[in-house]
Amino acid sequence: MARYIARRLLLAIPVLLGASFLIFAMVFALPGDPIRALGGDRPLPVSVQNELREQYNLDDPLPVQYAKYVGALAQGDFGQDFSGRPVSEIISERFPVTLKLATVAILFEIVFGLLAGILAGIRRKSFFDSLVLVSTTLIVSIPVFVLGFLGQYVFGLRLGLFPIAGLNDGLRSYLLPGFVLAALSLAYVARLTRTSLVENLRNDYVRTAKAKGLTPASVVGKHTLRNSLIPVVTYLGADFGLLLSGAIVTEGIFNIPGLGRAVFDAVRSQEGAVVVGIVTLFVFIYIFFNLLVDVLYAALDPRIRYE
Amino acid sequence: MTSVLTSPTGAAAGGAPLLEVDDLYVEFRTDYGVVHAVNGISYTLNAGETLAILGESGCGKSVSAQTIMGILDTPPGFVTGGEIRYKGRDLLKMGAKEQRDIRGEEISIVFQDALSSLNPVFSVGAQIGEMFRRHRGTSRGEAKKLAIELMDRVRIPAAKDRVGDYPHQFSGGMRQRVMIAMAIALDPAILIADEPTTALDVTVQAQIMDLLQELQDETGMGLILITHDLGVVGEIADRVAVMYAGRIVETGATDAVFSAPAMPYTEGLMASIARVDQKGQRLNPIVGSPPNLADLPTGCPFHPRCPRATDYCPTALPPLLEVVPGRRSACHYAEEVLNDH
Repeated sequence: MARYIARRLLLAIPVLLGASFLIFAMVFALPGDPIRALGGDRPLPVSVQNELREQYNLDDPLPVQYAKYVGALAQGDFGQDFSGRPVSEIISERFPVTLKLATVAILFEIVFGLLAGILAGIRRKSFFDSLVLVSTTLIVSIPVFVLGFLGQYVFGLRLGLFPIAGLNDGLRSYLLPGFVLAALSLAYVARLTRTSLVENLRNDYVRTAKAKGLTPASVVGKHTLRNSLIPVVTYLGADFGLLLSGAIVTEGIFNIPGLGRAVFDAVRSQEGAVVVGIVTLFVFIYIFFNLLVDVLYAALDPRIRYE
Repeated sequence: MTSVLTSPTGAAAGGAPLLEVDDLYVEFRTDYGVVHAVNGISYTLNAGETLAILGESGCGKSVSAQTIMGILDTPPGFVTGGEIRYKGRDLLKMGAKEQRDIRGEEISIVFQDALSSLNPVFSVGAQIGEMFRRHRGTSRGEAKKLAIELMDRVRIPAAKDRVGDYPHQFSGGMRQRVMIAMAIALDPAILIADEPTTALDVTVQAQIMDLLQELQDETGMGLILITHDLGVVGEIADRVAVMYAGRIVETGATDAVFSAPAMPYTEGLMASIARVDQKGQRLNPIVGSPPNLADLPTGCPFHPRCPRATDYCPTALPPLLEVVPGRRSACHYAEEVLNDH
């Protein structure tokens, strides 16, 4: 197992290099001159522009720029944005915000998604089951930004239950955006749990569990759920990785200064080092959580073994 | 062999029989109509006795077993009539908790496919030990010890090392031994074996049947063996009940039924056995296929396939009547059939 994990982590290095190069190339290919745009209506003096270009290696060809970037990265230098702020500082400031938002979202998914899925699965074809099917279909078919604005209008403006935007209200400020961020996956988790539970309840080992004289709670809660939750847990693991790698739309709507917003702003101002730094971090998070899911999968299902 | 000859509804010497199934009806209500899976079956089982329930796939034999265990899926399955008396008390009228306490403790079952019947994510030790934990409140550590003892008893080699292994790590025969260990864990009075060897290869089949018989000799439990394997029935069953289309069509001591059937369906089954002295000859299958349980033929359900059928057969359902003492047959011409042998 340890060897498997080590091998997977080693494999992550070429993936990270490849991904960062692609992102670097895409920022390079963006039209327009980021340095000239810095000045806005009042152009910067040519000497200043040239100095900035020199400082950020913008006159070098793409491979040279990338090589210089990776060289600095190897020494722990993530580069700076155009105002001279280190990218590592931006990340360490923004990441906790994104982490909190993602945690709130994943908790919504676990609590409500699992609960709805389990109840619907146990009471198949009941009113509650139909309710879950209809409401999850509805959620899946509404775009995130519509859901975000709707949430702001109803719960923020009309009912006044949550702040409309910003982070001035502690944990409460995270609830509404967290829910909006979670909504799509929550619906998916509910569906997945329900389907998996219904499928597993048809298995022969459920009949055996009943024949042992176990209570219905034990038949479902222990024997069936342990099997049904394998795909759900692995989905949740992968999803947490996704949630951590930026909620650009949700953070935008609710004006939350997380990594998603940071990367969006950086793309607009073509700050290559910031974009590449943060997106590469996203890629790393995603790789890490995928590995975690694979390890988790083996822990949950004894039939899965890695050599 | 005295109990063998008691009539199916009569009591064995020493009181009421262990189990009495009395005029049991089970149906499945599906989107495509009502399937009459079990249509008024009655039989008894005494302690230490082996009763074989013999029949083709889909004749209702497994459904009747699941009904006795109380693990019928409702819906779609419904018990629509009859009683199942265990030690004189009707299981069907008991409360859910009381039924659960009997399940696994007094009456237990071994299923056909051990791989799918064992839970893939729990070790076999945990699954065997769960019997003690559920019914006796045994501690986890003690349950594990008892599980090892049971695995030894059903002769799983290196039980101590394998108690933590998972079902997929065992061979088919060993998995079925695990199932059996689980079923006999609490010394049940009745063991139902629902096609316990169908999924196994022939040599392993014999070992499993030997094991079941040995355990029965040790504990004196009543064994209901559900099978379509005539060879197995002939070897170990004291009595046999032949099922067709959800009904018992013939019962009696195994030897008597096998040597001289009193029902054309049983006759057909006997004739279909491949025998060494008939090498090179064609087998004699029963022509046609089992009836659709959602749309049974009128009269005797076997008449469309019966070589002895007359014009009378489609008009009246033959009741299961005594032909000679200890033997019953559901055929209008039972005595003639019997006398032909």
